[in-house]
Amino acid sequence: MSARIPLTLPDPERDHISGSADGLIRLLEYGDYECPFCAEVQPIVKEIQRRLSDDLLFGFRNFPLTNIHPHSEHAAEAAEAAGTQKNFWGMHDTLFENQGSLDDDDLAEYAAELGLDGTRLIREVTSSVYAPRIREDFKSGVRGGVNGTPTFFINGERYDGTLDLKHLLNALTPQSA
Amino acid sequence: MLSPGTQAPDFTLRCTPDQSVSLSELRGQPVVLAFYPADWSPVCGDQMALYNETLDEFQEFQAELIGISVDGAWCHDAFAKHNKLHFPLLADFEPKGAVARAYGVYDEKDGTCERALFVIDSDGIIHWSYVSPTGVNPGANGILSALEDLRTKSETTPAAK
Repeated sequence: MSARIPLTLPDPERDHISGSADGLIRLLEYGDYECPFCAEVQPIVKEIQRRLSDDLLFGFRNFPLTNIHPHSEHAAEAAEAAGTQKNFWGMHDTLFENQGSLDDDDLAEYAAELGLDGTRLIREVTSSVYAPRIREDFKSGVRGGVNGTPTFFINGERYDGTLDLKHLLNALTPQSA
Repeated sequence: MLSPGTQAPDFTLRCTPDQSVSLSELRGQPVVLAFYPADWSPVCGDQMALYNETLDEFQEFQAELIGISVDGAWCHDAFAKHNKLHFPLLADFEPKGAVARAYGVYDEKDGTCERALFVIDSDGIIHWSYVSPTGVNPGANGILSALEDLRTKSETTPAAK
């Protein structure tokens, strides 16, 4: 695997990032669009982003458990394909909000709702254009110590605490706790 | 638990209701033994589900992955089908936990295997071992590092055997 990817820190050059590239608090999530725990934690991540604003650099990498979550690979590819059309985060949010409906037809519908080229998106998804990148995400997670989803790294350290707003915020901003 | 450098005790256990696997059959390639407490633990953080996704990485080292718990072969069969596992689960079922005991990773109190990992080299010698707290999925990184280390070692020891 590529040794150049920082395994436990978001890389603004490579990753889908949100917030400020100069943010001093760096949060990296490894997630799976069909994982119920990832969907549950999604509003918490949103609230963290709102509260920490430009102090936060948030990055997301794919960690699809494709055998237990049969839609997770195509969902991840749809998010990547949306990223190519400059709307990764729109698709990312839509997928988590509609976790129970992730067939290819649904993915095309979400693309249309987001104003994307759905035909292109589905063509890219069904021809696995982004599969190598997703695999690279997955491998970096495995080597970084991801042992399930979601896994968060705060400033490069795996967060093993409770996945609620209070505990995550405390871990992200220890000086103000 | 058995330490690196020790000969891995051989065993023959059922992998399906009518088939068995012996460790000695797997000589000539690295073997990863993953002892775990029980089938049917919560899914997204499940160790076996994770390893199922990392089989390609293990395969890069020609390593064979084997899961072992005290669950019976029929239970393993249902669990493996449910999670679409593509590697064997062995039943350390009768006498219960005998193999886990031989490796020093049987939890007498709970009557289950501990969450323990062994990387065994192609000659059947334990190269690396690790026991994780039962509630903590140890992930795959330690295994992959051990397999890398094993490969480096075999490359730098010309014609050892």
